[in-house]
Amino acid sequence: MTEPAAPRRVPWDRARTPAFLQGYGVYAGVAVLLLANVLLTPHFLSAENFRTQAVQVAPVLVVALGMALAIGAEGVDLSVGSVMALSTSLLSLYLGYGPWIALIAAVVGGAAVGLANGSLIAFVGVQPIVATLALMVAGRGLALVLLPQLRDVRDPGMAALGSQDLLGVPHPVLIAAVLALAVGFTVRRTTFGRQLLAIGDSRPAARLAGLPVRRVLIVVYICSGVLAAIAGVLATARLQASDPTSLGTLMELSAITAVVVGGTPLSGGRIRIGGTVAGAVLIQLLTATLIKHDLPPSWTQIAQAVVIVLAVHAARERGKR
Amino acid sequence: METGKPGSSGSSGSSGSSGKGVPAPMAEERLGASRAERLSALAQRHGALVTLILVALAASIGFDTFATGDNLANMAVSSAFLAVVALGMTFVVITGGIDLSVGSLFALGGVLAAWGSRYGTAVALLLPLAVCGVIGLVNGVLIARARLAPFIVTLAAMLLARGVLLSVTDEGSTTYLVDETSFFARLGQDTLLGIGVPVWITGALFVMGAVALRRSRFGQYVYAVGGNEDAAALMGAPVARTKIAVYTLSGLCAGLAGALNAAWLVSGVTILGAGLELEAISAVVIGGTLLTGGYGFISGSLVGVLLLKVIQNVINQIGSLDSAYQQVVSGAFLAVVVIAQTWLGRRRRML
Repeated sequence: MTEPAAPRRVPWDRARTPAFLQGYGVYAGVAVLLLANVLLTPHFLSAENFRTQAVQVAPVLVVALGMALAIGAEGVDLSVGSVMALSTSLLSLYLGYGPWIALIAAVVGGAAVGLANGSLIAFVGVQPIVATLALMVAGRGLALVLLPQLRDVRDPGMAALGSQDLLGVPHPVLIAAVLALAVGFTVRRTTFGRQLLAIGDSRPAARLAGLPVRRVLIVVYICSGVLAAIAGVLATARLQASDPTSLGTLMELSAITAVVVGGTPLSGGRIRIGGTVAGAVLIQLLTATLIKHDLPPSWTQIAQAVVIVLAVHAARERGKR
Repeated sequence: METGKPGSSGSSGSSGSSGKGVPAPMAEERLGASRAERLSALAQRHGALVTLILVALAASIGFDTFATGDNLANMAVSSAFLAVVALGMTFVVITGGIDLSVGSLFALGGVLAAWGSRYGTAVALLLPLAVCGVIGLVNGVLIARARLAPFIVTLAAMLLARGVLLSVTDEGSTTYLVDETSFFARLGQDTLLGIGVPVWITGALFVMGAVALRRSRFGQYVYAVGGNEDAAALMGAPVARTKIAVYTLSGLCAGLAGALNAAWLVSGVTILGAGLELEAISAVVIGGTLLTGGYGFISGSLVGVLLLKVIQNVINQIGSLDSAYQQVVSGAFLAVVVIAQTWLGRRRRML
């Protein structure tokens, strides 16, 4: 998704500046980081480097897509990291039946967690943070019960998924791109997308308008769970190993950051898929830049924390409308 | 009362839209309350305690190793650290907020205490308190003054604290040790009248916390802010200052718990504290404090901590079960409690 030409006909007034900054600031950020890297980082402009960065960003992006749906519905899904762990455990357990069965098992696991989240939120009326927090704890535990320690994944199908490419584009990147387009289409062009945004804007109003609030919410969290499970599969394929203890830790934070940096307000009712993609790329570039300049991981974490707070602070202006 | 539905997420910064008022003293509640309402209030208040007693009884009948002095003393000391964290968390949750940074602050507090212990006990205790207090203060300012969503601010603080911890310890490769003969180490390891010093400290802190929450003006402001932020502001309560105070308090508690834990382990272990925030929140919620704010008690959090630790202990006693089951059980337990709370709350509002 390229940056659209902004309508410049309207006279520029100062009140629009933060809104503009919030909407398109993430693209500017990506551009600045790219430029800085081209100038300062040796060997940045190589196909191999871009390929590595793209493959690394793919799982985060896929998780962030699901997170964008949850945040658009005025919720949040903290269980995504644990769903990734659960998915890698299930994948590794069912790989004996062939990669497709294993893939289905992983996705079904993700959908089940999403269903539990959605039911707690839609039917019981628990706050999304709390409901997904419970599933976050339980999901990680379940993943560790199923697969107590790291296990190598030896399967030609998974190896192909992780390391081969189609027309020069690695498979994980291709899958992430297709999913981004699909989610973008769903949000923009389908009834479900409209209903989701209406619910995110105002749940009581959506209920009064006769929208199937509960059903939509459940589907949103199922989507988030399934996308997180797919991200878990992609990450497993890249690592060629299942590691339920560490896979996906802090993933919820990266995903929320990508979504928020991309200009989706935490108050719901708006989803920017293009911004989310750019947000995920921005975080990846930031991390990569710090690593390439030999700054320790501690700096990366501190920088990420600062970026999150700044992004949320910028997004706040828009939220007031 | 449609707005009172707990479906509104805490993301809007001001989560004070819940319809619960400031809890009246129990006596007053009893006067006009019907029988069913009284029952549901009782279940909310003492459900955790009853469960704790039942689980502890079942465990002491089921395992001969459960009700031994050693096991109980061990459990008390290991609960003490979580209890101190949960104490700070209780204040935050009653204001309707959430603090996800406590796990990292706990680890950071431990490392700083172990590093500082070479300069004496005062540094070992004050350094973690100062650093964690400042991080808590920044959380509070961002949440109260800049009006950002608590969960995202404290998530960022969790990352920040973890980053600081890594940079202090050479990316996690250095573990600072505490001199075992120092006064600071004895603070964690000695026993007084057969009970570990950390347990005494925790007990004292809980008494102070309960008094502050129940009997001081600050405590009333905490309830008022959680009950309805706008009403509290109209009433003249210092909403922003109260919020800043509770997040600072939570940071201080997490830092202190980390320091005590370092004294107990005689080292600043860098990998501690992951998931501690979840345990603390679970304990607070299990203790009957509502996540929507405005209602809760300090004693409940203590019961919640003990209940979690007893369950953990039982799972360890069973032995054949993986320790990962602890997480499954904790998560499921949290879900059940939240469902029960929502149900009880809804019933009470309908009556």
